[in-house]
Amino acid sequence: MPRILNALLPVFAVLLLIGATKAMAQDAELLKKGEYLARAGDCIACHTAREGKTFAGGLPMKTPFGTLYTSNITPDPQTGIGMWTSDQFFQMMHNGRFPDGGLVYPAMPFASYTKVTREDSDAIYAYLRSIPPVKQRNREHDLKFPFNNRSLILGWRTLFFREGEYKPDATKSAEWNRGAYLVEGLGHCGMCHTAINALGGSSDSQAFEGGLIPMQNWYAPSLTSNKEAGLGDWTIEEITDYLRKGVSKRGAVYGPMAEVVYNSLQYLNDDDTRAMAIYLKGLAQGTSPEKPVAPLPSAESSLLLSLGKQIYDRECASCHGAEGLGMPPHYPPLAGNQSIQMVSAVNAIRMVLNGGYPPGTAGNPMPYGMPPFAHRLSDDEIAAVVTYIRTSWGNRGEPVSARQANELRAATLN
Amino acid sequence: MHRFLPIFALLASIALPLGTSQAQERAPDTMAARVLACASCHGAEGEGTSDVYFPRLAGKPAGYLYNQLVAFRDGRRKYPPMNYLLEFLPDDYLKKIAEHFASLRPPFPPPAIPSASKEILARGESIVTQGDSQRGLPACASCHGPTFGGMEPAIPGLLGLRASYISAQLGGWRYGTRTAAAPDCMQIVAGLLTEDDVKAVAAYLSSRPAPSDPSFAKQGSLPMPLACGSEPH
Ligand code: HEC
Ligand code: HEC
Ligand code: HEC
Ligand code: HEC
Ligand code: HEC
Repeated sequence: MPRILNALLPVFAVLLLIGATKAMAQDAELLKKGEYLARAGDCIACHTAREGKTFAGGLPMKTPFGTLYTSNITPDPQTGIGMWTSDQFFQMMHNGRFPDGGLVYPAMPFASYTKVTREDSDAIYAYLRSIPPVKQRNREHDLKFPFNNRSLILGWRTLFFREGEYKPDATKSAEWNRGAYLVEGLGHCGMCHTAINALGGSSDSQAFEGGLIPMQNWYAPSLTSNKEAGLGDWTIEEITDYLRKGVSKRGAVYGPMAEVVYNSLQYLNDDDTRAMAIYLKGLAQGTSPEKPVAPLPSAESSLLLSLGKQIYDRECASCHGAEGLGMPPHYPPLAGNQSIQMVSAVNAIRMVLNGGYPPGTAGNPMPYGMPPFAHRLSDDEIAAVVTYIRTSWGNRGEPVSARQANELRAATLN
Repeated sequence: MHRFLPIFALLASIALPLGTSQAQERAPDTMAARVLACASCHGAEGEGTSDVYFPRLAGKPAGYLYNQLVAFRDGRRKYPPMNYLLEFLPDDYLKKIAEHFASLRPPFPPPAIPSASKEILARGESIVTQGDSQRGLPACASCHGPTFGGMEPAIPGLLGLRASYISAQLGGWRYGTRTAAAPDCMQIVAGLLTEDDVKAVAAYLSSRPAPSDPSFAKQGSLPMPLACGSEPH
């Protein structure tokens, strides 16, 4: 080799090295971004089975039409999505179609993910290609006739699916738009917080108006109206605490919302959490909570109430306070807590039956818990104490019956 | 030095009332307060309750309790109310909860007055101390210790448990509602027991008084005829 080249070799090597480390740094950044966005989309909650390998799928999702099993989205070429191109991946996220054009069941929240930008989709794609591949075949869905026929999805799509990337609203701040992008898109909050109709769709006109989650028997409150859980009169800090720590001065997360905070929201950064809070607060503005109505003291309900008060003072006051003020943030207040006054009493009844712990998060690593009462209180006693907390201290919920309490005893846990 | 004292005293007198009134509104910063959700079933000190299926937690090896909490959280050991409560609690916190209950020493209730016959109790004693070599059944004592005190870090003692609870757990292993980390030695052991063996073992163990202070065998000091995934070597 001529000497002059020899002398230049180290220079080339250094140049190459600089090029390579730069590409690696860019790569690392892209992967980090993809991982973050996958957290924001909570892919892990559905695509990882209990004690299963991360992203290898196989989690059963019960629907009124049968059971769906989520897919393996690790980069295994045969059983995962290792052969998919970034175009094909985007088509799935954006348009709910498999690479062969087949229709995806809307249990995969593509109706929300359609708002995700191509750039963000590519980052998630890059991240998913970087995780360890797992060889695990997808399990067949177990759907009842006629829902096992994928062509039915076409009807659903005509009614409920609007393809399209998020379009920023120029009249709003950048922060508001970022919040909207996350809540309406990757966060797929509307999947639970919008009434689900008989067809299993969430309709646009009722977006974020709240609804009972089918099969799970939890009620996801409206995020648009202060009559339910609207956040119009929460401070931004209370909303960000709630979303990220899982506890706040106004209430704690429980049920399916605890899962969302545990797997997804606790990982979002300050700016994104704040952006979501600003958008959510804005959604609810314009309506104000109804003035408390004095509950009608019929003979029956006053009997219920005096029993309810007895039980409350004995079983609940030590944590939630005799006046329902709680010890925020760890023991949530019940007085003025919208989440227990909604027309649907499902959440309050289930809370008393099952108790619960808010999720352990970086911001609240050692949460306080509430004991279950299912084994210690009768249906009448549950109805009485729930009626009491829904109607005392200015709360304006309606009484509940022993039958309602009884029906929820059978609600599946988990 | 002395000149500053009045200032400190003044500050303290201002700070104190503020401090106390805030303290009243805050949940106490203790583990005991954090696990009140467990008290109605396991007792405030983990001493157990009158329900014969609700076990004592106090004084069991921390490693054992931790393994159980993880197993409930991940659905490997099934009891829906507990599976639900623990679902979103991270490992570090479960470790603290385990250590908390492991450190408590509430008194034991007196042992059950045996309702089983002498023969049954004798059969129970023979299985737990000697096993049955013909059937390949190892002695329970070979892992749980000659005095059934358990072994660090993850093999529990067998005294202070009630007969119904012991039978239910051995049944759980046989029917798959309770599994421990693989290899699951207790599943093999429970599979070798007949219904009558289970009754006899449960009757014998529950009739023996529990030591007021648990003494665990040192890790690795017992023969362990089978490998157990939950007990490191
Ligand atoms: C609410 C549950 C849920 C969430 C959250 C979810 N998915 Fe899915 N996903 C599903 C289900 C169910 C299917 C199967 C759909 C079908 O068979 O039609 C699926 C299918 C897929 C597929 C198709 C794979 C294949 O080979 O079948 C991909 C890719 C995918 N999801 C990616 C993602 C990504 C990326 C995220 C996070 C941004 C995500 N999913 C979040 C439920 C979910
Ligand atoms: C899997 C279903 C599900 C998803 C997805 C979901 N939520 Fe929820 N959410 C619930 C349920 C159920 C409740 C009621 C329980 C509670 O208050 O913790 C709730 C409660 C809330 C509340 C509390 C309202 C109040 O006053 O108590 C807020 C705020 C909220 N969710 C925001 C969000 C946001 C933002 C997202 C998307 C990032 C989201 N949720 C996604 C089910 C869900
Ligand atoms: C040992 C303390 C404790 C006791 C006793 C207790 N609770 Fe709770 N309660 C809590 C904690 C902690 C939460 C938050 C749980 C969660 O987020 O999963 C909570 C949450 C609730 C909620 C949901 C409110 C919200 O916004 O998060 C309701 C409703 C409730 N409790 C009612 C009751 C009633 C009624 C009783 C008595 C029958 C009772 N509690 C007894 C600690 C307690
Ligand atoms: C509704 C009653 C109930 C509540 C509340 C409850 N447990 Fe349990 N716990 C049980 C029962 C019943 C078992 C035995 C389950 C079985 O048969 O496997 C058990 C078993 C356990 C065990 C295993 C004990 C052993 O020796 O193997 C641990 C540890 C435990 N519970 C901890 C807790 C903690 C910590 C809490 C609170 C966060 C809690 N439990 C709340 C009823 C309860
Ligand atoms: C090879 C070692 C080994 C032998 C032999 C053995 N055990 Fe165990 N045992 C264990 C281990 C390890 C655990 C803890 C399992 C876990 O983590 O869930 C355990 C747990 C138990 C428990 C659960 C205690 C509780 O508080 O829930 C019972 C009951 C039990 N064993 C009974 C027996 C009986 C009875 C025998 C004899 C017939 C026996 N064991 C023999 C290793 C053994």
